[in-house]
Amino acid sequence: MIGNRTIRMAGGILLAVAAAALVGPWLSPHDYAATNFDRILASPSLGDMHLFGTDDLGRDLFVRTMLGIRVTLLVAIVASLVSLVIGVAYGAIAGFVGGRVDAVMMRLVDTLYALPFIFFVILLMVAFERNFLLIFVAIGAINWLDMARIVRGQTLSLREREFVEAARLTGVSTLRIVFRHIAPNLIGIVVVYVTLTIPQAILVESFLSFLGLGVQEPQTSLGALVNSGVGLMGRASWALLIPATLLALVLMCFNFLGDGLRDAFDARHES
Amino acid sequence: MKSLRMFFLCALFAVAAACGGAGEPAGPPDTLQRGLPTDPETLDHHKARTTQAAEVIRDLSEGLVGYSATGELVPAAAERWELSDDGLKYTFHLREGLSWSNGDALVAGDFVAGLRRLVDPSTAAVYAHMIADIENASGIVSGDIPVSMLGAEAPDDRTLVLRLTQPTPYLLGLLTHPSTFPIHRKSVEEHGDGFARPGKLVSNGAYVLDAWVPGSLISLRRNEQYWNDAATAISAVNYHIVVQNNSEMNRYRAGELHITSTVPPDSFAQIQEQYGEQLRLAPYLGVYYYGFNLTKPPFRDNPALRQALSMAVDREQLTEKVLGRGEAPAYSWVHPGVADYEPPQATFASLSKEEREQVARRLYKEAGYGADNPLKFEVRYNTNDTNKKIAVAIQSMWRDVLGVEATIINEEAQVWLANMKEAEVTQVFRASWIADYADAHAFLSLLQSGASMNMPRYRNDEYDRLMGLAADQADPEQRSLYLEEAERVMLADHPVIPIYFFNSRHLVSPEVAGWGDNVLDYHYSQHLSFKAAQ
Amino acid sequence: MLRYTLLRIFGAIPTLLLVIVLAFLMVHAAPGGPFDDERILPAATAANLEAAYHLDEPLHRQFLRYMSGLLRGDLGPSYYYRGQSVSERIGAAFPHSVRLGALAMALALLTGVTAGTVAALREGTAVDKIVMGVSMTGISIPVFVIAPILVLLFAVKLHWLPAGWSGETGVRRFILPVITLALPQIAYIARLTRASMIEVLGKDFIRTARAQGLGTATVVRVHALKPAMLPVLSYMGPAIAAILTGSVVVEEIFGIPGVGQQFVRSAINRDYTLVLGIVIFYATLIVSLNLVVDILYGVIDPRVRHR
Repeated sequence: MIGNRTIRMAGGILLAVAAAALVGPWLSPHDYAATNFDRILASPSLGDMHLFGTDDLGRDLFVRTMLGIRVTLLVAIVASLVSLVIGVAYGAIAGFVGGRVDAVMMRLVDTLYALPFIFFVILLMVAFERNFLLIFVAIGAINWLDMARIVRGQTLSLREREFVEAARLTGVSTLRIVFRHIAPNLIGIVVVYVTLTIPQAILVESFLSFLGLGVQEPQTSLGALVNSGVGLMGRASWALLIPATLLALVLMCFNFLGDGLRDAFDARHES
Repeated sequence: MKSLRMFFLCALFAVAAACGGAGEPAGPPDTLQRGLPTDPETLDHHKARTTQAAEVIRDLSEGLVGYSATGELVPAAAERWELSDDGLKYTFHLREGLSWSNGDALVAGDFVAGLRRLVDPSTAAVYAHMIADIENASGIVSGDIPVSMLGAEAPDDRTLVLRLTQPTPYLLGLLTHPSTFPIHRKSVEEHGDGFARPGKLVSNGAYVLDAWVPGSLISLRRNEQYWNDAATAISAVNYHIVVQNNSEMNRYRAGELHITSTVPPDSFAQIQEQYGEQLRLAPYLGVYYYGFNLTKPPFRDNPALRQALSMAVDREQLTEKVLGRGEAPAYSWVHPGVADYEPPQATFASLSKEEREQVARRLYKEAGYGADNPLKFEVRYNTNDTNKKIAVAIQSMWRDVLGVEATIINEEAQVWLANMKEAEVTQVFRASWIADYADAHAFLSLLQSGASMNMPRYRNDEYDRLMGLAADQADPEQRSLYLEEAERVMLADHPVIPIYFFNSRHLVSPEVAGWGDNVLDYHYSQHLSFKAAQ
Repeated sequence: MLRYTLLRIFGAIPTLLLVIVLAFLMVHAAPGGPFDDERILPAATAANLEAAYHLDEPLHRQFLRYMSGLLRGDLGPSYYYRGQSVSERIGAAFPHSVRLGALAMALALLTGVTAGTVAALREGTAVDKIVMGVSMTGISIPVFVIAPILVLLFAVKLHWLPAGWSGETGVRRFILPVITLALPQIAYIARLTRASMIEVLGKDFIRTARAQGLGTATVVRVHALKPAMLPVLSYMGPAIAAILTGSVVVEEIFGIPGVGQQFVRSAINRDYTLVLGIVIFYATLIVSLNLVVDILYGVIDPRVRHR
């Protein structure tokens, strides 16, 4: 059912959204932080170029939404990359070295799994000065567990394959084996999981905004916009519907993309 | 396979069965349903510190004096009192026949025991300093003097004598605070710290504690032993704990609540339109302000710059357009709702917006700043929608009028607090102050040098001197004059930017009668009644 | 089987210990304390409070004190809810979370498995696409967006369901929160079931069963369901964790006084003991549930047992 067409469509939409987010603010005469107390919660109109209307401080929602998309995508991608790096390194080492070391490392993963992630996140956010970088790190630090497990499993099975045996027998160093033989075979599954971790990261960022711990004003993210929008439901429904729809769209596209890639990856391996 | 399905089915039925179980008591049909935004941390009036806990405690317990529905000080457990000429000795006479909810007699010794427990270091009461003016209180709190030395005595069962270290005109106001209420000694002895529970709490107020479902519901039932029980119309009160104010409003709309604790700020205009009379607004004794860190540049020793920043804030726009919830712009520090006090206004209060901005720009330039050398600083505020809106709005006001580059930083509550206390990294910070009692002193004492809540670290000898004079002054009129002069001195220094005064907002069902708007936002259930019953 | 179980239980203990130490350190590392709020206390009062709760002792002393209490089964007094113990607070909150979570899990399993199976049986048709599309939406819209919309629609506008929790009795007040909480899990489980069921249905032994003349329903029920459920079963661990996490938002919005809501409050209030108590509670719960899942897996898949 899911095939190349899905990958292309989902990928295409994502690219279109990202492009709009990059170009959009340039096209509008409004600044994302410019307040205007006389035009609070104006509904969308072409008249004064408030394509998406204004928010409760009179700021243009089109520009803010575009910026929000940028921030959301940025956070999600960077956070996923952080968890990718940590997870792959951790999982590959555990899987490759095996034995006691593997057992201890996986025990640590189990421990961290048992700690509810909100706990980590909240404490990290409250303990340190709120800055952009920290949000990525916090989110990345939570999500690497799954990646580590998957990579470890994959590495374990790869380790037993003939070509690795062969390499070892011929005296190739461990490091080289990992980098030249194991790593390339991990790429497929890693890519799939990265596209699946991104939606998770986006939802975590939205949840942080819900708790009031997300990006700093006057910056915004899709999650933050949705949260403000919830309070304005009924009064200015577009302030909720537009970012919520975009958020759902972005999440769906990443999910479909991940699914499609995984199907393609599985199909390749089956043959 | 069968076993698996069986397992799931069994689990489902078990759970469903568990669900049909007992919910919380809904109460008889004439039960008053009130909303409360958080679970009170305790109902022990010495350990409580939030206003929500105090609200419930006021229905359960009573002190020497109380408030009427419209906010006047009235006798409560005490029917009359005398003050000595030097203003240092209060003698209270309790009503006859007072008793606790379990029938035990309520005597003056119970009040003494209550005050002693308040200052006892082992109680670690948050409001121990409330009665700092009573002889030896401070020494006892620090652990230097034994508790029995507190200047409170009960020469007989119906007389209570309080000895003060200085004339304290607002003492009666202080005595309405729950931390000064009496304790039922036997209960405390028997149950220790856990005495404030349903079934154990013995109260002397209009209601007794029937049930407390943590996080969900507090049920109160009429206290037939209360001296004024005949005047209590409502027999049962349910406090529903609803954290989200949108949820609270939904429940009001659905007819599940008679009184809400607040109103969602975002829907204020809509609610006003839709509910009209049911929306009750009243000034509330609190001020929202931005403070400067006066121990560090650029605001140290720079009153003109501070004034410029204060003048550039358009308070009218903030209260009318940005917030739109009926709050009043603040040009003084003390709330205008305080009785017997005329707060002086900031010098620029009478200028027009253009004039203010002109003066502000001039002062800014004179301080050495301009387009090529803009003033840069950080504004810190704790996470909250209102704070965010105000910060963003003021940031843009400063930028548009003066060209200031202010960075706003949203901090988690504890972090914000810690930073303010340390005064190391803060430059401008958002804060607010709610008065504990209805007197100008409650606001002005904050800015005395050395006061623990003096966040800006304001230090002005003239101010301190005037405050000292006021403290020793027994004559209320003269005292007010000293306080007003002190406030004038302080305002001219601009250690803070008062922005607006709080108001209280409640939705009150048309079925409920007896609601009185007052600046302290005290609404005792015993003053309320249902209209249909009349 | 018994040996396997016991080994796993013992293995869980160092995990729990590590969790406790980490949590303790993190909680104390955060700035601020349980007694700070906008009213800054005079020095003497603050000192009395700290002494009463042993916060003036060095950190390791406090930790040892906590651990010795823990070993006696005492989670300590709550710092914020003075006069109440942590066990009491958790004990009062837990039943609500359990009901909510269990119902949500049951709903998610039933609906998800059914939907996924139906989609698998009708693979490629419109039904399949609709089911998958809806479940995709369920994953993509955050809980805190769905919940207020549902409340606005069903409680405020239509008056079909109650808007709140306290003061209500019976099952009706569970409906909206449970649905909200279950939605993302329904979606995940449906997808998992569908993929797994498709794979199983393509296997030889299914073709054999069909060739023997058994109807589709029987084939599914008797032969395909059990093996198809294996991936769903291994998802149960993360699913439970997700429900615990998701319950925080749902509890906040519907005003359900459960553990999740309590946790956020106590983290913000710096109620050290309550935070630690809840973390230990959660961790124990997750570890035990994972253990149950593992055992069930062993029961269902004999290959795992004889490792």
